[in-house]
Amino acid sequence: MAGDDDAIRCDACPVLCYIKPGRTGSCDRYGNHEGKLVRLDPHVVLDRAVERGESVVPFLEPSRDWDGSLVSHGETFVTAIGAGTTYPDYKPAPFIISSQVDGVDLVTVVTEGIFSYCGVKLKIDTDRHLGDECSTVRSQGEGVGHVTTSEYGSQMLSLGGVRHLTGGSRHEGTATCDALLDLCNGKAVELKIDEGAKVVVQAGKAPIVDGIQEERMRVGCGSATIGMFAKQWFGKVDDVVVVDDHITGVLSEHQAGKLLGVPETGIKLKGRRSTPGRYFQVAEPGTSWGGTNIDDPLSILGKFNSKKAWQGLRVFMVSTTGEHHAYFELNESLKPVQRELPKSLRESVARIQENCEPAMCTVLFMGGAGGSLRAGVTENPVRLTHSVGDSLTRVTCGGAPVYVWPGGGITFMVDVTRMPQNAFGYVPTPALVAPIEFTLKLADYAELGGYMESVRPLSSIIARGDGRRRVAAREDNPWPLESKPRSRSRKKKK
Amino acid sequence: MNQRAQIRLLPGGRRLHMHDGPIDLIVEAFGATGEIEKAYRAASASFVNVLDELCCELWLLRNACSQETIWPGGSVARRMMAATMPYASEYFITPMAAVAGAVAEEILASMVAAADLSRAYVNDGGDIALHLMDGETFMIGMVERPDMPSLFGTATLTASDSMRGIATSGWRGRSFSLGIADAVTVLADRAAAADAAATIIANAVDLPEHPAMVRIPASELAPDSDLGRRRVTQAVGELTEMEIAEALNSGVRCADRLLKIGLIKSAALNLQGHIRVVGSMKHSIAPLDERILVHA
Repeated sequence: MAGDDDAIRCDACPVLCYIKPGRTGSCDRYGNHEGKLVRLDPHVVLDRAVERGESVVPFLEPSRDWDGSLVSHGETFVTAIGAGTTYPDYKPAPFIISSQVDGVDLVTVVTEGIFSYCGVKLKIDTDRHLGDECSTVRSQGEGVGHVTTSEYGSQMLSLGGVRHLTGGSRHEGTATCDALLDLCNGKAVELKIDEGAKVVVQAGKAPIVDGIQEERMRVGCGSATIGMFAKQWFGKVDDVVVVDDHITGVLSEHQAGKLLGVPETGIKLKGRRSTPGRYFQVAEPGTSWGGTNIDDPLSILGKFNSKKAWQGLRVFMVSTTGEHHAYFELNESLKPVQRELPKSLRESVARIQENCEPAMCTVLFMGGAGGSLRAGVTENPVRLTHSVGDSLTRVTCGGAPVYVWPGGGITFMVDVTRMPQNAFGYVPTPALVAPIEFTLKLADYAELGGYMESVRPLSSIIARGDGRRRVAAREDNPWPLESKPRSRSRKKKK
Repeated sequence: MNQRAQIRLLPGGRRLHMHDGPIDLIVEAFGATGEIEKAYRAASASFVNVLDELCCELWLLRNACSQETIWPGGSVARRMMAATMPYASEYFITPMAAVAGAVAEEILASMVAAADLSRAYVNDGGDIALHLMDGETFMIGMVERPDMPSLFGTATLTASDSMRGIATSGWRGRSFSLGIADAVTVLADRAAAADAAATIIANAVDLPEHPAMVRIPASELAPDSDLGRRRVTQAVGELTEMEIAEALNSGVRCADRLLKIGLIKSAALNLQGHIRVVGSMKHSIAPLDERILVHA
């Protein structure tokens, strides 16, 4: 039996446990691994292998797929998830790792940043009106963000930011931190917008607006839809109205209808005419037909012009996703009467639907690497910023590519679905803890005042299966150590 | 506030989770919204000092209780000492045997003093301090093995019962045990008292010379353990029905004695699927509603 000499003193808390090799302290969170104090949150190592479908290796168990031999250096990348932080950051970052790729010594500085300046940008694919611009977005009853703009087929929300995290009440900060953490870790979060809708948002999943799951993202605006399908409708129906809160299209008046020779029908739309066959503001924004508040499509039509309309005139009304549709024929007094949708039009509804992309929520984490975090990388923090600006240093977030905003500082955005699961944590400040890795040439690292004495080879990190969670690299992410960034390559479709 | 402590509301917004070093608490208060807030604020204010205060007197709290023991100054430490002293003359026990219950008690006391609550609990890893106003009840679920949580029984505590503490001890738990019980759950007037009693009874569920047990001196596992070189149970082999009965009998005798002198209100002893109950634990298999504390 080993003597007490092998025990190490843990200074993570005032209990100051003596921990024997292979044992944990009284908290079960820190342990002694071969004489070194280790935190037992698994540390994530991205394995550059073909994606094995979330092949996460259980903590403290050797990989099933791994024979224990050293992995060829260029094939393993250590992410910052679980690396821990060293606040205050004048101490070197937890892991500064060197590895060799194509004969060039690279350094990856691995740390977990505490981001009080951070938030998420949400893109929610729906035409439904979620709330007016600048309306407060709430979670657990607290204001955690606001509505920004409508983009093409999507509503944009901005959540978090330092004012919600630390600038408001304690509750507001905690609710904001919870919402951000859950969204970033891929969990569903229910958001309520003042004077607007309730929406359940989850990265990579369809949004649920007021209890109804959004199926499709619009094929186009009302006018574009007329243009796309005019030929298919021609001859099967006398007029078509594509209801859209943004631009409602009318076939008989639209350029596309004119070109095909569709005769005038005497139809009268409410709202403000933009150009022929295109109408703004046919109704109020809402969560029904085409993102308007109407349930009865006839409510946006005025009386048909008796000089042009005729008995038996066939009118088809449809929303931009095909979700809502109705078919009418004019009676002897030129009043529309609803009839069953003819088969040929049913096919065109299906065609609209199949041309819609699935509705999805996109969660982009946005944060700024502050001065102190940069100090964990180099003694001369501004040089790191410049190095990132000059593309000498690559920034990744849990191994995922990031978009670094031009201009001062290191402010970046990352798609959370491209990161390993549960990559985010929090501190009670409240603030989010996110992994961040800086990769650069060893020579460049020395140049910018790096902690050269703290650099250690990758093999020292991955030599054993201790506390490392190995995950397969995602095929659609550029490999973090590759010498030339595959800049702005669009996500490959499978 | 110290830098380590983490305090947050759990998803759902009703329960408070507090963590600091080895202490991990789940807290829930019932009452008017404003009162709950007051209670949680008081709990947080009290919590951030607990670990630092305890650690100042740790050296004292790791010594066996005896008549010569020096009393500590800290409030939690004094609760630990008070709960373990009754055993000092007959058993080996250190105040650390009651640390979890004493912390739960301390936090609960701060909440009840600060706010008007109908009910409240502080659950410190299965050692639970309860607060009940007239007419209120708690239903307690018991699990046999923490690694395979499934309820083996429930007990209903009403305000008229005097029990306000629940604790569980066994060799599978986070703390070392000298006995072989999978779990001994004790109901007592206070959480610290329940914690100390559960430790004593779990130690008593034993077959001292049986070859099927793996016992290792505590200090070889954790050099600074309060149990010193005493051999703690690390594995228990399969036992015959007779052996299980013998071990449980030994524990039941101990529990009966504690019941008689008023140290506990009841106890449930669990060994390899066999359960014995001492005292007035009301068994029920009533449908489980949300008023449940599952603990191990």
